[in-house]
Amino acid sequence: MGRWRLLRALVCALVGIYLVAPLVVVLIISFSSASFLRFPPPGYSLRWYENLVRDPAWMDAVWVSIQILVPTALLSTALGTAAALALIRGRLPGAGFVGAALMAPLVVPSIITSAGLYIAYRGLGLNGTLAGMVIGHVVVTLPCVIATVGSALRSLDPRLEAAAATLGATPAAAFRRITLPLLAPAVLSSMLFAAVLSFDELIVSLFVGSARLRTVPVQMWSNIRGDFDPTVAAIASLCFLVALIALALEALLRRRNGDRE
Amino acid sequence: MTLPAMGDPAGPILELRGIRKQYGRLAAVDDVSLELRHGEFLTFLGPSGSGKTTTLMLVAGLQQPDSGRIILAGKPVDRLPPYKRDIGMVFQHYALFPHMTVRRNVAFPLEMRGTPRAEAERLVSAALAMVGLPDHGDRLPRQLSGGQQQRVALARAMVYRPALLLMDEPLGALDKALREGLQLEIKRLHREQRMSVLYVTHDQAEALTMSDRIAVFDEGRIQQIGTPSELYERPATRFVASFVGETNFIPGTVLGRDGDACRIAVAGVPMLASDRFSAQPGTRVTLAIRPERLRLSAAGEGVPAELVDLIYLGNARRYVLRLPDGTEWSALLQAGMADAATLRHGDAVRLTWEAAHATAFPG
Ligand SMILES: Nc1ncnc2c1ncn2[C@@H]1O[C@H](COP(=O)(O)OP(=O)(O)OP(=O)(O)O)[C@@H](O)[C@H]1O
Ligand SMILES: [Mg+2]
Repeated sequence: MGRWRLLRALVCALVGIYLVAPLVVVLIISFSSASFLRFPPPGYSLRWYENLVRDPAWMDAVWVSIQILVPTALLSTALGTAAALALIRGRLPGAGFVGAALMAPLVVPSIITSAGLYIAYRGLGLNGTLAGMVIGHVVVTLPCVIATVGSALRSLDPRLEAAAATLGATPAAAFRRITLPLLAPAVLSSMLFAAVLSFDELIVSLFVGSARLRTVPVQMWSNIRGDFDPTVAAIASLCFLVALIALALEALLRRRNGDRE
Repeated sequence: MTLPAMGDPAGPILELRGIRKQYGRLAAVDDVSLELRHGEFLTFLGPSGSGKTTTLMLVAGLQQPDSGRIILAGKPVDRLPPYKRDIGMVFQHYALFPHMTVRRNVAFPLEMRGTPRAEAERLVSAALAMVGLPDHGDRLPRQLSGGQQQRVALARAMVYRPALLLMDEPLGALDKALREGLQLEIKRLHREQRMSVLYVTHDQAEALTMSDRIAVFDEGRIQQIGTPSELYERPATRFVASFVGETNFIPGTVLGRDGDACRIAVAGVPMLASDRFSAQPGTRVTLAIRPERLRLSAAGEGVPAELVDLIYLGNARRYVLRLPDGTEWSALLQAGMADAATLRHGDAVRLTWEAAHATAFPG
């Protein structure tokens, strides 16, 4: 028994190290004093974080990312919630087909989706525009919203809406007073996920963006291919921090929701 | 908060005329007709899948009938959505809104009706007091026990004085002691509030305790509708006899008529029974006799049997009797009835009954 437990602990530790090690390496390098990538660093400093803040290319990228992720998160959540309601509660002919099409970006390689967007945008003049970028990000974040809200909707007791109807609530009132408040935690957490996904999205942004419209991951991508210095490690550490905060928020939301059920 | 009953007290509050609901090839509700009188407590009793819930859903407007008419307070409501029908409904699993406090739950139907705030507050307090939960208004449903949740559901369905209250196995999820307490409470509320109630249960004891009338459902059809004592004393079909109360089913052959009664050979002995069909001599029938209607004597006339078991029940005794052909009957005698008190295991006895207490069914 004891031996098995030891083995299990060992395997878990190894997997943990395997998953976390690259992050830790990046985190440490971001505080390096050397102007080249070396591990372990010869000394420590905050110069790459300074460089990040000083370099307008990076600050522009952060601003572009924010300009994209905020409308993406809002739009994707609204549309995804509406789609989940229509697919699960509505009597839509061909709901299965529509659902599969909306979920497709999850299984279709991202590069195919992106290329498709690029080609479609050429005729519309959307390449290199903020609007085009937002639409593209909505397309790839929608499946996550539909899945999250959809599963919450499926576990919602339909008798609650029936009860509301017998108590005199019109379908609109029942939705506003019963369904929506009960779905709210799932809707909020899907909004957080959509924001994080949008912030991390590289391939769509590479295809649809332009030299002036560069998100953080695109900037990182070109930085890694060009003059490679620990600034990338600094921004990566910041991205990691943002994702961590989002996850913590989501867990907090879930906890509050768990209290309620 | 007793208010006069609504609508025209002369006509029925609810009328179902030949309603039918089909799911695929299965008729869940098949040609159901009934009238519910003002202030009446009518129970749907029947086994699982017999169409009780579906009928209730049709009345509530949560399902649409394939044919037939539903008339509520004199007005046809066939095409009216649930929120425009003046009904209240209590579901088996309460269906309280989990994100609202008890008060908000009970206030919900008033809010939907645009009742002024002060008036609504007063009605909610009165309704919570009525179900014995005056101090639980600020709790969330999950902070209440099952019985308390069911009371809240009851208060929520009654607070706006709907013309008709529907209850679908409201006590089904509760334990026995709590169920019996709430049965009496629902009965009291029904009496005090003078509400018209359609109640669903598959517990025959509950149906007998609570109802003014009972409609027995089987396979989507109403087998019989009548007062508890009518169903118990004069079951219309073999199914009703078996479903309501305990019954001995005894095979026999029709010999002929004897005035109003029917002469039937039971284990070779000619006996009397009542019948609802004019049975021809030679027809094979089944007699239904309640255990408490069987009389035992040590000698004399009647069907011969052997006493194989005697069970002491305190206020009564149960006798298990075996006939020569091997069938077993059960008889129930109240304590204090001296006539059979001296009988013992293995004794030979004679069984008799009054013609009015044995009902013959075909087959
Ligand atoms: N939405 C539905 N779709 C298909 N069949 C249904 C549906 N609702 C009910 N049925 C069928 O209709 C029949 C009657 O069901 P109903 O729920 O009315 O029974 P019930 O008398 O309420 O039973 P129980 O005591 O188990 O609640 C059953 O055979 C059931 O399987
Ligand atoms: Mg049912």
